[in-house]
Amino acid sequence: MRTEIRICGFGGQGVILAGIILGKSACLFDGKEAVQTQSYGPEARGGASKCEVVISDSEVDYPKVQNPDILVAMSNEALIKYIVDLKDNGTLIVDPGTTYVDDVKDYIEEHNIEVYEAPATKTATDEIGLKIVANIVMVGAITKITKVISKEAAIKAIEASVPKGTEEKNIAAFEAGYALAE
Amino acid sequence: MPKENRFLPYLREDRLPHIFCPGCGNGAIINAFLAAMEKAEMDFDNIAMVSGIGCSSRIPGYLKCDSLHTTHGRALSFATGLKTANKDLDVVVFTGDGDAASIGGNHLIHAARRNINLTVICINNNIYGMTGGQISPTSPKGSFGTTAPYGNQDTPFKLAELVAAAGATYSARWTTVQIENLVTSIKEGLKNPGFSFIEVATQCPTYFGRKNKLRTPTAMAAVMKANTVFKSAADRMKPKDLEGKIVVGEFANTQRDEFTENIDKISVEKFGKKTLINSAYTTEL
Amino acid sequence: MAEEFFIQGNEACAKGAIAAGCRFFAGYPITPSTEVAETLARELPKVGGSFVQMEDEIASAGAIIGASWGGAKSMTATSGPGISLMQENIGYAFMSETPIVIVDVQRGSPSTAQPTMAAQGDMMQARWGSHGDYEPIALSPSSVQEFFDFTIKAFNLAEEYRVPVFVMADEVIGHMREKIIVEDSIEIVPRKRPEKTDDYLPFENIENGTTPMPAFGDGFNIHVTGLTHDERGYPDTNTPETHDKLVQRICDKVLNNKDKICSVKSENCEDADIILVSYGAPVRSVVEAVNKTDKKVGYIKIDTPWPFPDEQIEKLTANAKDIIVVEMNLGQMYYEVDRVCKRNSNVHLMGVIGGLLPTPDEILEEIDRVGGN
Repeated sequence: MRTEIRICGFGGQGVILAGIILGKSACLFDGKEAVQTQSYGPEARGGASKCEVVISDSEVDYPKVQNPDILVAMSNEALIKYIVDLKDNGTLIVDPGTTYVDDVKDYIEEHNIEVYEAPATKTATDEIGLKIVANIVMVGAITKITKVISKEAAIKAIEASVPKGTEEKNIAAFEAGYALAE
Repeated sequence: MPKENRFLPYLREDRLPHIFCPGCGNGAIINAFLAAMEKAEMDFDNIAMVSGIGCSSRIPGYLKCDSLHTTHGRALSFATGLKTANKDLDVVVFTGDGDAASIGGNHLIHAARRNINLTVICINNNIYGMTGGQISPTSPKGSFGTTAPYGNQDTPFKLAELVAAAGATYSARWTTVQIENLVTSIKEGLKNPGFSFIEVATQCPTYFGRKNKLRTPTAMAAVMKANTVFKSAADRMKPKDLEGKIVVGEFANTQRDEFTENIDKISVEKFGKKTLINSAYTTEL
Repeated sequence: MAEEFFIQGNEACAKGAIAAGCRFFAGYPITPSTEVAETLARELPKVGGSFVQMEDEIASAGAIIGASWGGAKSMTATSGPGISLMQENIGYAFMSETPIVIVDVQRGSPSTAQPTMAAQGDMMQARWGSHGDYEPIALSPSSVQEFFDFTIKAFNLAEEYRVPVFVMADEVIGHMREKIIVEDSIEIVPRKRPEKTDDYLPFENIENGTTPMPAFGDGFNIHVTGLTHDERGYPDTNTPETHDKLVQRICDKVLNNKDKICSVKSENCEDADIILVSYGAPVRSVVEAVNKTDKKVGYIKIDTPWPFPDEQIEKLTANAKDIIVVEMNLGQMYYEVDRVCKRNSNVHLMGVIGGLLPTPDEILEEIDRVGGN
């Protein structure tokens, strides 16, 4: 089975790292295949940022995401721009602190989108005391909600991806995100 | 029997006769280089030469050492790779005014900026000889060439000063009329553990001379001698009085970090690993 | 134990270079290849290698040739505009038979065009970019694993035949992340040092055209020049036979070994009505399209665009009615396929520019259009 995931937000939120962790979890620790791609245009220098991951049980041929099964939006601009690509019956995860789901409620209704709210930025700030780990909080929420990767794989991938000495904070952020979707 | 030139053992005799014109300064400069090399007590077998394209760039082909005759203007970039790959080699670059300062100008200032341990001998005849007498970036204002039939309108580069300003730790200019000084400077350059640039103003009777009413090598040498001003004197002269003069002497003679040493230092200090030499020949890396 | 990594294509290329024994890199920043330089700037000092950021791409090509004669396996990485600048020195490397590896992460072109978007517009630059006659070797990876593997292969081929070898990647492969497996033992070809005999000729006219190459400082006192030279390396620019023998040999040493150098992969070609031919990133879309269609469609993936694997392609396409060449330009390798296949098949071009990888659906539409639906 092929799952297409798009994580989008604005520059500096770490959406690229979030996507890398998903890909790494899947193919290094869950025994699946994965490809991660991202936008490299001028938008990567600030403004909108977009990261895409394809996770599959078998080899991934076409590496790009066309119609995501899962859209994760961490900015309203990105939510409005990318919601139209989301598959019918797809999953939308938003950070309510940075998005207004009401802006896309027509699309959600027409396409039977399953919506989850994960206040990643607020959780990162309030519970971890570090706004910059909002991306890892979101990885926790994605893991719990979509089960596209296993919790064990995610933790191993986070440990292998974050700067040395920050592992503990990041794992705490992941756990907080995982708990958000309980 | 004419006396055999004492430098003959350094030459590829099977390549003689050479292609240089009668009266060309290249022969005197080769002699000066070999004399300086002996005075500096260099191991000739450890010298590797690199050159670009042009008359002066043909010199390494006549010397019995490893020699890389490269593309026009790019000798210093090849030399940068060669020296970095094996910093134990003594790398000498022969180049000309067109090769070093026109097509290769960017490489020249960057090699000086890096202070990479190369000795560059830039033979400046103020003209393109190999292609038949076109003006170069060092042609004096008002001089004639096949591409300046009405006289050169551009202001020439002062190469030794340019290279000193770009960061070379040794830079000097002499002419083929001051061989003793030239030998001393080349020796200094060979011994300097950094970027050394020795500009030699020389005569090209075939093209520069013919185009500029200086038909014999001796006439050219005489003009060069008459126009020479030592740097110490030039420093006290007004720019107006220096027009058309050749200022000779040293323009840089200092010390600072060398490029390949810096590369090695990072490997050694951060990773305890010396920069490898001749690694292409092994699989045990 | 084999190791697994989830990394970018450009990082895999750098990793492959180090595994192959590359200990010198010179380059100049250019999107979308810069991560190759950045990775090697970080990694080379750890293994006793040297990284140099040169003043431009011309200097980068010069420096790697100089370093190769200095005894190091050497590489540069760039994109279209940089390849354009390097061409004169690349020609020098062919003429002086200097092993080097040139990585081209292709982007939208011509001119500055689309620095962050993918294309395959430099395929003919790799073939004919420098002046004169020569036979290049070029490899095109279609995955991050292949970018790693082909970089190693490029070094091995460069040493084997004393030639510059191109790795013709593209922005898609350079920037995407995938899993790579790095095996414990990797086959690498070391440079052969010649024996020090009185009759050693660094440019000897021997049958397979490749003589061992000494390093500067080994005591061979050799002369290396881009001028037409004899077997000793001495310039001889006016004898037609010298030039003819030299250039012929430089071409033949690659052409006569095509069976060892050329590589293609294929599926379902025997009884296919339509065969898709591609290389690099578009292979990914082609494979997915072939898996989806219920028509009799096969595909050929070209691993080595140069030398062009004409014999393999001719054989594989012998029974196909139609051939579609899928590439990210307006027709480059298409003309090679057409030259080889036009007697037996109709050769069509699906040339896609704009920067995006053709999608499997677009390829399926092309199959329908060509095959008649």
